[in-house]
Amino acid sequence: MSEHLPILIVVVPLSAALVVPLLGRRSSTAAHAVTLATLAATLVAASVALTRVLRTADGVWQYELGGWAPPWGIEYVLDPLSGGMSVLVASLALAAAIYAGPYLRTSGPDRIGLFDSLYLLLVAGLLGIVATGDLFNLYVFLEISSIAAYALLATGGDRAAVATFRYLLVGTVAASCYLLGIGYLYALTGTLNMTDLSARLAAADQPTATAVGVGLIVIGLAIKAAVFPFHGWLPDAYTYAPPPVTGFVAAVMTKVSAYALYRVLYFVLGAEPAAASALVFLGWAGVAAIVAGSWLALAQSDVRRMLAYSSVGQMGYIIFGFSLGSPIAIVGALFHVLNHALMKGCLFLVTGGIRWRTGLSSVAGFAGVGRRLPLSATAFAVAAVSMVGLPPTAGFFSKWYLLLGAFEAEAWLGVAALVGSSWLSAIYFFRVLERLFLGADESRPAPERRDLPFGMLAPALVLALVVLLLGLFHQPVVTHLLERALPPTVS
Amino acid sequence: MDLAARPLAAVLVSLLAATLLPLAGRRPALREAITFAAAGLKLALVASMLPAVLDGQAIESARLPLAAGLTLGFRADALGLLFALTASSLWLLTSLYSVGYLRAAAVPRQTAYYVSFAVCLSATVGIAFAANLLTFFVCYEVLTLATYPLVVHAQTAEARSAGRRYLVYTLGAGQVLLVAIVWTESVAPGADFTPGGFLAGRAEAGVLAAAFALFIVGCGVKAAIMPLHGWLPAAMVAPTPVSALLHAVAVVKAGAFGVVRIVGYVFGVDVLRATGADTVLIVAAAATILIASMRALGEDHLKRLLAYSTIGQLSYIVLGAALGSVAALTGAMFHIAGHGFMKITMFFCAGALHTQAHRDGVHGFDGLGRQMPVTMTAFAVGACGLAGVPLLAGFIAKWNLGVGALTAGDEIIVGVLVVSGLLNAAYFFPIIYDAFFKAPTTETADAREAPWPMALPLGVTAAVALVLGVAPSVGFRFFALARLAAESVVAGSGGLP
Repeated sequence: MSEHLPILIVVVPLSAALVVPLLGRRSSTAAHAVTLATLAATLVAASVALTRVLRTADGVWQYELGGWAPPWGIEYVLDPLSGGMSVLVASLALAAAIYAGPYLRTSGPDRIGLFDSLYLLLVAGLLGIVATGDLFNLYVFLEISSIAAYALLATGGDRAAVATFRYLLVGTVAASCYLLGIGYLYALTGTLNMTDLSARLAAADQPTATAVGVGLIVIGLAIKAAVFPFHGWLPDAYTYAPPPVTGFVAAVMTKVSAYALYRVLYFVLGAEPAAASALVFLGWAGVAAIVAGSWLALAQSDVRRMLAYSSVGQMGYIIFGFSLGSPIAIVGALFHVLNHALMKGCLFLVTGGIRWRTGLSSVAGFAGVGRRLPLSATAFAVAAVSMVGLPPTAGFFSKWYLLLGAFEAEAWLGVAALVGSSWLSAIYFFRVLERLFLGADESRPAPERRDLPFGMLAPALVLALVVLLLGLFHQPVVTHLLERALPPTVS
Repeated sequence: MDLAARPLAAVLVSLLAATLLPLAGRRPALREAITFAAAGLKLALVASMLPAVLDGQAIESARLPLAAGLTLGFRADALGLLFALTASSLWLLTSLYSVGYLRAAAVPRQTAYYVSFAVCLSATVGIAFAANLLTFFVCYEVLTLATYPLVVHAQTAEARSAGRRYLVYTLGAGQVLLVAIVWTESVAPGADFTPGGFLAGRAEAGVLAAAFALFIVGCGVKAAIMPLHGWLPAAMVAPTPVSALLHAVAVVKAGAFGVVRIVGYVFGVDVLRATGADTVLIVAAAATILIASMRALGEDHLKRLLAYSTIGQLSYIVLGAALGSVAALTGAMFHIAGHGFMKITMFFCAGALHTQAHRDGVHGFDGLGRQMPVTMTAFAVGACGLAGVPLLAGFIAKWNLGVGALTAGDEIIVGVLVVSGLLNAAYFFPIIYDAFFKAPTTETADAREAPWPMALPLGVTAAVALVLGVAPSVGFRFFALARLAAESVVAGSGGLP
């Protein structure tokens, strides 16, 4: 059984997605329980697979689907990079699904079974993107996850439907770009397997066609990762979606696309001049994203939109780190993938919870909410401090490594952008924190203290605690995982 | 306990108290017991390292490894121990004072208050014992975050606006400091604080000067070097014990201590001389001393007056660091302790006057010397000390600074010190005159002496200010520590004797 783990982490949620709607017609409680059990099993499978990968000397676990050897068959590859990503995706999927329980019982859609089914499809799609070693298979999973995400995001009401339709249009263009791009590369090399293609592309010697293919792939994935200026779909989609969906999607979906960009540019096309040019372009886009995202976040009066624009800026951190290409900068970017998933997940879960409990989501509306939901507000505060990048939280240390990388590369504009963005995010986060904890109207009687139910509170608190502890104790993660996730050309 | 574990334990003990305090909930006696136990234990731990450090040892705890060869770690050397001793002994006294003040002034949300206070002390001692710039920065920013709830404790509009200003200044400067530290890390990877500095020859003079400017802006906000001082008078909206310990001792001294660390242990005096950056710092410090004293003269709110006096006094420390001879550095380092005891006396007195006589201004103290003899006597001692009257702690610092200035050939600095002393006298002595030489008015006639939890700490700090002026090396041996640290810095950079 355990030798099939690389495919099991995808197949388990995929097959549960088929069972859950049927079960949901009888009992929605049972359907959600099966969903949780499936996600827990997926997390265990991903963790076991990762430990096994980390124990091997070369750290690569190649799995041939159906026994067909690549390049003819589809290959799944778990290395420290994809193994780590799959654990991250699986754990946040479980956290958001636990959080979804109380939400779905009270204010979710009528058919909880369908909701859970779509959610499992989304998880399976994202895990597939991470685990696959085949460029076309990656496209398939990209579409599975995107279509599931469109449906889930649209369940948030009328405005969510409009926002999602826009995301659907933009997302389809992105997917088509990606497909066209791999079409070029397939025509040049006759293969879709990542390792195989990497070896054959040099021999093809068609620089213009390669450049067009690479360009299309990069644009497609950059749209999916919401890299500035391709971020337009993101704020509305995140703002109006149901809280558990935003919590999960905002935490990992753009990060998985960023992973795909990193995988393709460094591991598949590492030797191509076109990939180097794409990285230069992405570096500038990253710096622009850092500045623009933070600046636009400052102008928002709705906390969810503010968090969404802050995501645009934070994706800039990650892309900028990848583009610098030195070990320390890539480690910083990978560490920020992890940190941003944890802290943004926590922030969206709490914000959604506050709206669910009080109906409020504007910055002004948060006044005094800390008195009513003290533990949720504390989790929000920890994650917010980490977003600003203040020690001793994890967010500080990823920023530290990114800054070191920027200094090494003498990317002064990047240094300025990182520091400026910290200033701006300090302003927009402390504006919210001040209202949360100090904004209470003293003249009125204090409203009843009533925090979120345990199922919604616990995931947010655990994420906040991890953000806090990962700051001071991140050395094992970096040395055993992230430093082994560097591309062969760099390390 | 193993000697090597003590710097770490001294940092963590108040953090442990901070996690226990919320559990004490609404039981004030238990809450205060935890605070006192932690404060006493912290002081005992810090003081127990004194003999070894005076022997010339640096006591180092086990490091926490991070990636890329970086570490977080604590090490007690002479300068660090001097600051840690000052902060932890004053925390014990302030805890006692807080008990009296918070009850007398009926301050709400006391658990949150004590928790923040305990975290601040961990951060302060962490700053003192930080072995490298990264550890220093982590503690420095934790101090900012932990003091914010104390500044806005009253939760009024005024407090919130002061809190905002505080964050803009301190977090803004923190990022500048971060850039400077990352730069240092990129040219000297994994370097620890070294007496005499470790940057000599690592970069061109112009780059070093630019980096030094970033460092000074980063630390200068907390050290309130003009024009970076704007947050300090506004932050006086906090409860008085907060102003006393944090804005006279911990936060502002963290900044001044940072300047000394950076001048003496990162750059080295010689490197700064070579770049000419020392002259700029001397001018800024001297200007701050004079302008702050003149601003204090025009201030009619007692705590804000003390804030301006703090701004001026902190620049003595900056000035000493910039002058860089053994005498000047000794004076600067000794002033970290000396000014701490004197200024906290003044704030304790201001708090007592607030709760007992309802006086927040600088007028109307008529006859209070008779009504509140302990408080007003301590006030007079502190004021004389700050003005630099001989036989008090302030004089020791000033004398050594003056000697350092003359050695360096900066006679004009001696003039600055004298004028500053006169201005100090000009804004403090009218208050003392009113209190002791005028008859009580109807407003002051029913003022009573502060209760003992307030009167005892302020009496003790005033007495210490006196003892330090007469015998600066008894007890905690602040002067010996300062001398030891100053000599190691100068020997390390091979500069002037």
